[in-house]
Amino acid sequence: MTLRAEGVSVSLDGARVVDGVGLAVGEGEWLGLIGPNGAGKTTLLRAVAGLVAYSGSILLHGEEVASLGRRAVARRVAVVPQIPVIPPDTTVLEYVVLGRTPHLGYAGAPRPRDVVAARSALARLDGAHLVDRRLGSLSGGERQRAVLARAVAQDASLLLLDEPTSALDVGAQQQVLELVAALRADGGLTVLSAMHDLTHAGQYADRLILLDGGREQASGPPAEVLTERLIARHFGASVRVVSDEATGLAVVPLRPAVETEHPVS
Amino acid sequence: MASAGGIRKLLAPRPERAPRGVPLRWVLTACVFVLTATLLGLALGPVDLGLAAVGREVLSHFPFLGVESSFSPTQDAILWELRAPRIALGLLVGAMLASAGAAYQGVFRNPLADPYLLGAAAGAGLGATVVIAYDVGGSGGADLRPVAAFVGATLGVGIAYLLGRSVGGRQTTTLILAGVTVAAFLTAVQTYVQQSSAETVQEVYSWILGQLETSGWTDVLIVLPYVALSSIVLLWHRRLLDVLAVGDDEASSLGVPVARVRLLVVAAATLGTAAAVAFSGLIAFVGIIVPHAVRLLVGTSYRLVLPLSLAFGAGFLVLMDLVARTVVAPAQLPIGVVTAFLGAPFFAFVLRTTRTVGP
Repeated sequence: MTLRAEGVSVSLDGARVVDGVGLAVGEGEWLGLIGPNGAGKTTLLRAVAGLVAYSGSILLHGEEVASLGRRAVARRVAVVPQIPVIPPDTTVLEYVVLGRTPHLGYAGAPRPRDVVAARSALARLDGAHLVDRRLGSLSGGERQRAVLARAVAQDASLLLLDEPTSALDVGAQQQVLELVAALRADGGLTVLSAMHDLTHAGQYADRLILLDGGREQASGPPAEVLTERLIARHFGASVRVVSDEATGLAVVPLRPAVETEHPVS
Repeated sequence: MASAGGIRKLLAPRPERAPRGVPLRWVLTACVFVLTATLLGLALGPVDLGLAAVGREVLSHFPFLGVESSFSPTQDAILWELRAPRIALGLLVGAMLASAGAAYQGVFRNPLADPYLLGAAAGAGLGATVVIAYDVGGSGGADLRPVAAFVGATLGVGIAYLLGRSVGGRQTTTLILAGVTVAAFLTAVQTYVQQSSAETVQEVYSWILGQLETSGWTDVLIVLPYVALSSIVLLWHRRLLDVLAVGDDEASSLGVPVARVRLLVVAAATLGTAAAVAFSGLIAFVGIIVPHAVRLLVGTSYRLVLPLSLAFGAGFLVLMDLVARTVVAPAQLPIGVVTAFLGAPFFAFVLRTTRTVGP
């Protein structure tokens, strides 16, 4: 088991943001966290990455996150934050090389093999042509590829994605998710992601956990979690869940009971 | 076209080169700049020693070259007892202020940060003002001035740091706010002390504006170990400063002990700056313009910005001091006035001719 968490709770400023959540992600699996804004998805990811204090237990390959050192966690877990900080004048290659930091000594300089690792990470994400570009000149999709490449260069077995597609157009969203799926397929990478787009969550994750108010409300294969009833209850949204051979599972928002009279011409 | 493949091969990026050292052309540029500034500083002044004669004099100290010095004992004394220590101090102070500024900007991700912002200037100013105004240790506090300034600068930043840490919250912003608060308070006390002792106002003021007058090599030898140690620590952390550019959170998730790195860098930069201002007074602006000018030339990676700020800062301050002691000779301008008066338009020009600026 790559990741096993039990009874995880996190309090921020006295508010219990994550409340007794448990989860298990096997090697090569993709677990999706869904839930409304403020459900605790990001905080749970931060706890797994050792970035916030938690109670309960989070085991990475059997070792407690809180008792592993910063660097040891960084070698096991790579994080793609929802809004990465982008130093605009840094070149893509320099940026991706930063992913090698946990493999260098304190203040150590990157070695030639770290540059090789960074270049190959970029190549795996179809970003080899971006190496010398400055981050500030990239499109949203290219930028996200650079951020993913940095995470891949980190050479961790668990990839945490926090809304990896939130700022992208639909084409770039698909590309990024396909790239993650490919990484998982050829590298045995395990993925834990928070996702806003429920259709994408259903299409890409093996299993989903629905969080609301910091607690697990439902979990299981997408078809069991993405139900019209659960979505109405926890997101306050009226949707239709459609499923067929061609589309797989899709969550289609409905306009809530508005008179849809069109003016007669 | 037989050569096309060859050319393409030459132009192709060399894949296995790690981005580590400073490119040779920048090493050479920096060396030439520092050397030129030093030679000009040695040769020019109220007494013109002549560039060639200074060169001969310097070379005559190397064995086996067979170069004879043409200097009289007076000229020799001017060169080695007056100018050389002053220029050595200028090199050290300039290198320190510029590299400390660059390091502060990196660690706070703030283009306007330098040790002065966090209370180093206000603390040093208060320390020096107290010993001057109350004549501590005799002779207008001249002997104790460096110690008082050093202690003041260190305490100023130390208090700001502890205050910022105790507040918590977003660390970089909180620390800067704490620094500004402490600086305002210390400046208020300093102004009060200064005003309450009217006869020493002039002296306090000229200390605050900065000067590189030394009492010989002793001052240089006192500053040297601080600047050396501080520079080593800062240069050692230059790659980590690049990692901090992605923010505390992401740097943490890359395995960097952010708080410890910040503390070490701030401590090193502050101690070095405190030692420098103890002898030079509060020379303004060097910690801001030199690192930014370097960034505009070579990009934002601290791999290059830190070592080059160190070198260009050293040469820059020596040139500014040259202006300070020649334009109204035999009188001298405070060097802080010169750095701001010439540095500001230069920096405005650099800003206008390039596209971006950032920490």
